[in-house]
Amino acid sequence: MSPDYASEVLRGWGRSTMSSAHVATVSDRDLIDHVKVADERGVLVRGLGRSYGDAAQNGGGRVLRLASSSSDVRLDESAGTVTAGAGVSLDDLLRVIVPRGFFVPVTPGTRFVTVGGAVAADIHGKNHHLEGSFGNHVRRFSLVLADGSVLECSRKQNPDAFWTTIGGMGLTGVIRDATFGLIGIETSRCRVDTVRCDDFDELIEHMSTGDDDVRYSVAWVDLLSSGSHFGRGVLWRGDHARRDDLPVADRANALEYGPRQVLSVPPVIPGSGVVNALSSAVFNEAWFRKEPRRREGSIKSIPAYFHPLDAVGSWNRLHGRHGFVQYQFVVPFGRESELRRIVEVIVASRLATPLVVLKRFGAGNDAPLSFPMPGWTLTVDLPAGADTLASLTRTLDEIVLEAGGRHYLAKDALLGPAALRAGYPRLAEWQNVRRRLDPQQTFRSDLARRLGLLE
Amino acid sequence: MLNAAGEPQNIVVLGGSSDIGVAIARRLTAPSTTSIVLACRRPQDAPIDGLRRPGLIVDAVPFDAVRVDQHAAFVDSLATSLGDIDVVVLAFGQLGEQSHFDDDPVAAADLVAVNFAGAVSVLLAVARVMRRQGHGRIVVLSSVAGERVRPANMVYGSTKAGLDGFAQALGDSLVSSGVSVLVVRPGFVHSAMTQGMEAAPFATTPDAVADATAKALRAGRRIVWVPGVLRYVFMVLRHLPAPLWRRLPLG
Repeated sequence: MSPDYASEVLRGWGRSTMSSAHVATVSDRDLIDHVKVADERGVLVRGLGRSYGDAAQNGGGRVLRLASSSSDVRLDESAGTVTAGAGVSLDDLLRVIVPRGFFVPVTPGTRFVTVGGAVAADIHGKNHHLEGSFGNHVRRFSLVLADGSVLECSRKQNPDAFWTTIGGMGLTGVIRDATFGLIGIETSRCRVDTVRCDDFDELIEHMSTGDDDVRYSVAWVDLLSSGSHFGRGVLWRGDHARRDDLPVADRANALEYGPRQVLSVPPVIPGSGVVNALSSAVFNEAWFRKEPRRREGSIKSIPAYFHPLDAVGSWNRLHGRHGFVQYQFVVPFGRESELRRIVEVIVASRLATPLVVLKRFGAGNDAPLSFPMPGWTLTVDLPAGADTLASLTRTLDEIVLEAGGRHYLAKDALLGPAALRAGYPRLAEWQNVRRRLDPQQTFRSDLARRLGLLE
Repeated sequence: MLNAAGEPQNIVVLGGSSDIGVAIARRLTAPSTTSIVLACRRPQDAPIDGLRRPGLIVDAVPFDAVRVDQHAAFVDSLATSLGDIDVVVLAFGQLGEQSHFDDDPVAAADLVAVNFAGAVSVLLAVARVMRRQGHGRIVVLSSVAGERVRPANMVYGSTKAGLDGFAQALGDSLVSSGVSVLVVRPGFVHSAMTQGMEAAPFATTPDAVADATAKALRAGRRIVWVPGVLRYVFMVLRHLPAPLWRRLPLG
């Protein structure tokens, strides 16, 4: 192993999976050489490590971090597109594009993801119901293949490689840079409407009507209350604020953007963490009560609206030594009774933690391993140290798969090969193209080993 | 790969006819487990039927602890057939009869060759493969008999003392390799190995050892005593003055 590599134990963001790999940070110039020397344990690119499970781990193999800087960002204002190095984070990108009147087409709940990761996981955000996932907005990217050749991919050029790489979890090659469309904005603020719903049926009803009129829509659900408060929640809908929406005093600096980290969780947390049944219940009650019954047109900053957790550095440590899994699935529309059943099972397990998110997805895209499909997606953090975790999620898996749904690979840390196949009927198609692009299985990950993705 | 709940895709038991080893494999088997390998001297005697269930392949393969020259190749062949090895349970070991050893030093040396030399050799081979794959769990069956060796089973006890020390240090050497070692220290276990013997205080069962092992693995512990109280019992026994220690009726 060359001296550029150091042994490092890598974990997912949930801190419940781990393996040791040979890690190096490589420049774009050296990237091809590093890919070509991979041995039988393979090579994988890791971005900012925000996948919750083992997607960005490659036990015993090589893991590359792509050196990047905001100088890798080339904004084309007339076309409304940007070309960025794969290692550039949305954080870096936003600092460049927001002051110039642009926003990323899709953002997840954190801005600490890379452009490469956004493509590889085909990330989604609060606007999925109207604007789809990240892959929908990608115009082109260049892909370093196992043999060191570079493939230019778009909907026209090598479309197979294009769609196999979107949502392909880094297993087709190394995305080097990508060009994608942006959203034009007048201000760096968002205009948000809030509706508090007292139970699950009210929440579903509210979301089912009217989502299509707003760009961003997402709900927080309280999975700790039962009885008459079962499934109560808060629905936030919003869009980028127009200049006229801002108070007159703020209009001069309408595009000012300066996200800050407010505090950071120290590395030492009691072994069992500080997220438990009591703290979660207190949090949820406060969270629910702080929202008014209905409020329209409140103005929030981009970080406050899109990335609230980014204000707390290393918040994932709050779950303690055993870490957590973020369980996220989608079930199709028309399967609301199964969705309700799943929520009931989670409530009964008493394992749920505060941040439970419900969202309506719109149409999926052509990528065989892309997660979103029209339907309901629910995301819940569960403690990995709980003895009942695996039996709970297996019960949930059955309901999800039976309903024709599936799980998000960027979050998954528990599935087996059979559940993957059941959720992704186009897996074989993906595998065929992947095999053609990388016949020697140079690109590998712990996720691929656990789910048998490369077979 | 282990999943986030610590469930393995495959399990290898070295000493695949050991009641405790098989109980641990059974306890660690999850719906996502696809392979169990029982490695022992007489594969035809390995209790594979008790582990079978749909979707799980249970194999018994020949493995001899004293054939140290074959260990590295044996472990490599496991890695080839299984892919990555998630969990290895080292469960082989012979008890022997101390009174017999007094007249037969060669038999004593043979037992040491199995319990200690064989274990060291195969554990090093396993560690090498797991270090290469960047992850894995090694479970080593030690014994309280090694905590303070009694004259009544001094050969067996001293092999366990050696194995215990080796396994702990192996775990230390594997820090930040992604691989971990769990040392299991049961007291008297009702099993085939102890059949017909009078049970010592705090006697336990293979299933209880398996439960404690699974729990300790999930908690990321390095050492587990079964039952847990023995940790405190031996804290005292270890420091007893020798004249008193010799007189204790420990069986």
